[in-house]
Amino acid sequence: MIESVALPAPIQATLLVGVILVQAVALYAGYGVLERVATPLIETITDAR
Amino acid sequence: MEILGLSLTLLVLFVSFGFMVGVLFGFFGMGGSFLITPTLLLLDYPASVAIGSGLAFYFGTSVIAVLKHYDVGQVDYKLGAILFVVLSIGIELGSRLVFGLEALGVANLVTGVAYVVLLGGIGALFLRRAANLEDEDDTGDEDVDDDDIPAIGQKIQSYTVPPMISLTSGGRASLWTISGAGGSVGLVSGLIGVGGGFIRMPAIYYLIGTPLTAAVGTSLFAGLFSGAFGTFTYGMSGSVDLTVVSLLLVGSALGARIGSAATTIVEEDDVIVYFGLMMVLASLGIGLSELANWLGTSALDLVSVFLLVGSSFAVALMILYQVVKTAGGDDAGAQPAADGGD
Repeated sequence: MIESVALPAPIQATLLVGVILVQAVALYAGYGVLERVATPLIETITDAR
Repeated sequence: MEILGLSLTLLVLFVSFGFMVGVLFGFFGMGGSFLITPTLLLLDYPASVAIGSGLAFYFGTSVIAVLKHYDVGQVDYKLGAILFVVLSIGIELGSRLVFGLEALGVANLVTGVAYVVLLGGIGALFLRRAANLEDEDDTGDEDVDDDDIPAIGQKIQSYTVPPMISLTSGGRASLWTISGAGGSVGLVSGLIGVGGGFIRMPAIYYLIGTPLTAAVGTSLFAGLFSGAFGTFTYGMSGSVDLTVVSLLLVGSALGARIGSAATTIVEEDDVIVYFGLMMVLASLGIGLSELANWLGTSALDLVSVFLLVGSSFAVALMILYQVVKTAGGDDAGAQPAADGGD
């Protein structure tokens, strides 16, 4: 809930949808970068064994 | 110690539960909100907050799913747009029904019973499918026809009540059929706070009659908007706990990537029976919780949480175990999971 902002309910609800949308995109992109960095690293470790 | 207004235990629970649900979502192609909402109910969140947060979580996972399937999935945008409208109407009616039931003091009971029936039914369907797959293996019949439409689906598809809508994938469907199928799925979504992918995708495939790939893509597209609308509707009344949703999404976004990758290395046949069992156990867990409420005792709460959360964790751990085991060996090359929705 976005409680600290004294805005009308429709604007708060729209903000909520926007926050979740941005968060999902950021998480998707963030984990994508992590995957690109981690995959070669794991392969290097696996190959070294 | 409290972080974001939650105890450290709850915080870890939400992230790890989101992760496990994400693994299941990535593997089976389902949103997982049908596990989130009852879990929040068991943690004593009010029904409207549990449902609103479940829908918001579903919206977040849908965004991730659409991003993942953007280049791959086929989407019938016209059908998706019509479905979005009728799904939204259904969700709105469903959410009004929840608030009405809350005023009567029976919202938790009704949503609980609906969950028991839905999860139990889905579990039974999966177990039946697993049994059929075993029978096919026993008879050596390799010609599994995924395009088989049940008689009732063929009957509904045969209705040509105008106006008829042309589908991108070819063929036509009655607007009444689309409205009926979409509106019913939306009503269930709004009533019990599930994204509805596990009933929407089969509804598009079986009742409207699109090819399976188009049904998956269109279901995701329509689900994205209906999830946003559901989040907006419950957000209007402050019934979405953003902290809980955010923590769940942090876990599920990572879990979904691993679960999605797992579909290429884990045999679907090996897991499908466990997924069916998980649904049946989750249904039993909700049933026990409702029974405990009815009896006015909390003695069964621990058992119901164990059945609901433990069963999903067990299946997700099994998928992860298969991934680690396969990564350590060279026996890759399993078939991808056939299910999909959101």
